[in-house]
Amino acid sequence: MEKKEDQQLQQEEEQVVNPWEVSAKDGGKIDYDKLIDKFGCQRLDQSFVDRVQRLTSRPPHVFLRRGVFFAHRDLNEILDAYERGDKFYLYTGRGPSSEALHLGHLIPFMFTKYLQDAFKVPLVIQLTDDEKCMWKNLSVEESQRLARENAKDIIACGFDISKTFIFSDFDYVGGAFYKNMVKVAKCVTYNKVVGIFGFTGEDHIGKVSFPPVQAVPSFPSSFPHLFSSKDDLRCLIPCAIDQDPYFRMTRDVAPRIGYHKPALIESLFFPALQGETGKMSASDPNSAIYVTDSAKDIKFKVNKHAFTGGQESIEKHRQYGANLEVVDIPIKYLNFFLEDDAELEHIKKEYGAGRMLTGEVKKRLIEVLTELVERHRRARAAVTDEMVDAFMAVRPLPNMFD
Amino acid sequence: MGSSKDQLLVRLKELQIDFSQYEHPVVLTVEAQAKYVGNKGGALSKNLFLKDKKHRYYIVSALADTKVDLKVLSQRLGLGKGGLRMAPEQALGEILQVPLGCVTPFAVVNESARHVSLLLDQGIKTQERCFFHPLSNDISISLDAHGLDKFLKSTGRDPSYVDLEANPPVGKDQPPDLAAFIPSGSTVLPDLPDEAPASQDSTGNHVSAGTKSAAVIAVKPSGNVQNVKEKPVNGARPSIPSADAGKFVEELLDKTSTLLLSEISEDSIKQHGGQLGTEVVNNIQKCLREDLKNLATIFKNTAYTEGFYAGIHYQPKRL
Repeated sequence: MEKKEDQQLQQEEEQVVNPWEVSAKDGGKIDYDKLIDKFGCQRLDQSFVDRVQRLTSRPPHVFLRRGVFFAHRDLNEILDAYERGDKFYLYTGRGPSSEALHLGHLIPFMFTKYLQDAFKVPLVIQLTDDEKCMWKNLSVEESQRLARENAKDIIACGFDISKTFIFSDFDYVGGAFYKNMVKVAKCVTYNKVVGIFGFTGEDHIGKVSFPPVQAVPSFPSSFPHLFSSKDDLRCLIPCAIDQDPYFRMTRDVAPRIGYHKPALIESLFFPALQGETGKMSASDPNSAIYVTDSAKDIKFKVNKHAFTGGQESIEKHRQYGANLEVVDIPIKYLNFFLEDDAELEHIKKEYGAGRMLTGEVKKRLIEVLTELVERHRRARAAVTDEMVDAFMAVRPLPNMFD
Repeated sequence: MGSSKDQLLVRLKELQIDFSQYEHPVVLTVEAQAKYVGNKGGALSKNLFLKDKKHRYYIVSALADTKVDLKVLSQRLGLGKGGLRMAPEQALGEILQVPLGCVTPFAVVNESARHVSLLLDQGIKTQERCFFHPLSNDISISLDAHGLDKFLKSTGRDPSYVDLEANPPVGKDQPPDLAAFIPSGSTVLPDLPDEAPASQDSTGNHVSAGTKSAAVIAVKPSGNVQNVKEKPVNGARPSIPSADAGKFVEELLDKTSTLLLSEISEDSIKQHGGQLGTEVVNNIQKCLREDLKNLATIFKNTAYTEGFYAGIHYQPKRL
């Protein structure tokens, strides 16, 4: 998709980060500091992590401790309100473009589950089947089918059915939700949306009118069956940082239509196995670990395709240690998924010093990933079509704050 | 005998389903029916009664101009290319309890049709109203999909609509998309001359006290009684795993025991001595907490789903 913003950025040889494309400058690393600057969100520092720990009386999630969720907007307001006794609700989502989910897709859901448990708040999950129908040119039926299939993997992440509402756009858009969409749409000019998302005259009108669909789940009045008496309820959106443009637009519009601005908590991209030049792609099976991969597949993929900072020979490695400046994927992945802080530090130290070999690090990673995927698969096997129907039913959630 | 058309019409009225009825001479085909009700503001339906090689039956209810290709349908159900045929005339009377030319989704109200799978054309949902025979072919009624759904739900079925004209590929990586419509229960077969003695016998599980039709039918198990247990009868729906408290507790105990055993070894006894208990408890809590919570959440979600399913199939008291 040629975008004005893109062309401009490419001329400046900058990185590209938007909901449909993520790539680093010159095949290097993504510069997250520049991204925070450019987008205008805040860094999530240690004081926040400590505060979350205090408020929830439990150890902060590994993603918080390791800086995977590293940026935010207005998180302090959410926490202030929470301390005063004002709850909030969570909103996250998935664009069901493929049946195959990889670990990168699970990250926001794993974190959102933690937030739901820690803060004891309800959650709405949006499946943007309409978006994928439009952008990926899928048939309506296929995108709806993928939405339901993806819903099963999402449910397998362990969400509490008595506090979670999953909906697909094709099913749910209408009524109060649509009224909010129109309210939002009225506040965003065509020029503005072109500026934010880079649409051109060749893009069809479906794309141009889509952004409000992703914006309005931030407003409690979009869900009258859940939040009818709570118009004042705040919303926190855990997402990957490439979704920021949607919510910048939403935050701009919110006060103009009398709603709270949604708060955001944003994550890094999960790097592809081959290295951190962008994010994992569902179209290249070797760039990612899929939730359907067998233990053998995981072993093969990590051993064969993971990009490492290890030296070319064992002797050199023992002498110089691993090059941790370059993105060493096993270490990077362990950073995401190895719970034990002490063990991770130990591995980094030994590997950096050359005392631990790449093979050993990879072996540990394979163990961790295999356990993760196994646990997910078992949970997924317990998810039936009836359970999906129940999660997606428009029903009250009387215990959503318990 | 199964429900008569009058009983059915009374039931529709009790359920407050909006329908219009038209009487006419007996018709055996859609063309003939069209002569009498073709201009009465409802779409005509064609209804097929089909059977597969394993003696399972299906009603396919579609708009008259929807193309239904039995070969494609057979593949989509996972029956291979030639797995579906028109059911024999006798089955019409015995299972659906309707006369020739009268196949209709309403036939599922009969107990004998309990295990017949119903495939509804999604085209029906696009029409304001659609015509069906209410168990007799001298009368046609028209109603909308919503009304049809209400009726089907009252019989304990979950209506689902299918794009009958679709022809998705079926292969190793593309499972048959309509596989869920295969009845998992089996019909109790009469001793038909062209059939082998019944090898599937559901007498064990599904003959409810009031089932007159099952009592009437003589079943020949042919001595292979052991096979009977192989097919648990769950009704025409896909089975819903139940939240089994016993199994759940076993899983919890399993996990805890495994961890306990790995924690207590000669070395660890030497290392911690009397403090081993505290040490092990700490480790168990640390390692197992998340795991056990996840298992509990799955259990909770399953139980909730069971309740939800029961709730949406709840039949309100007849007034």
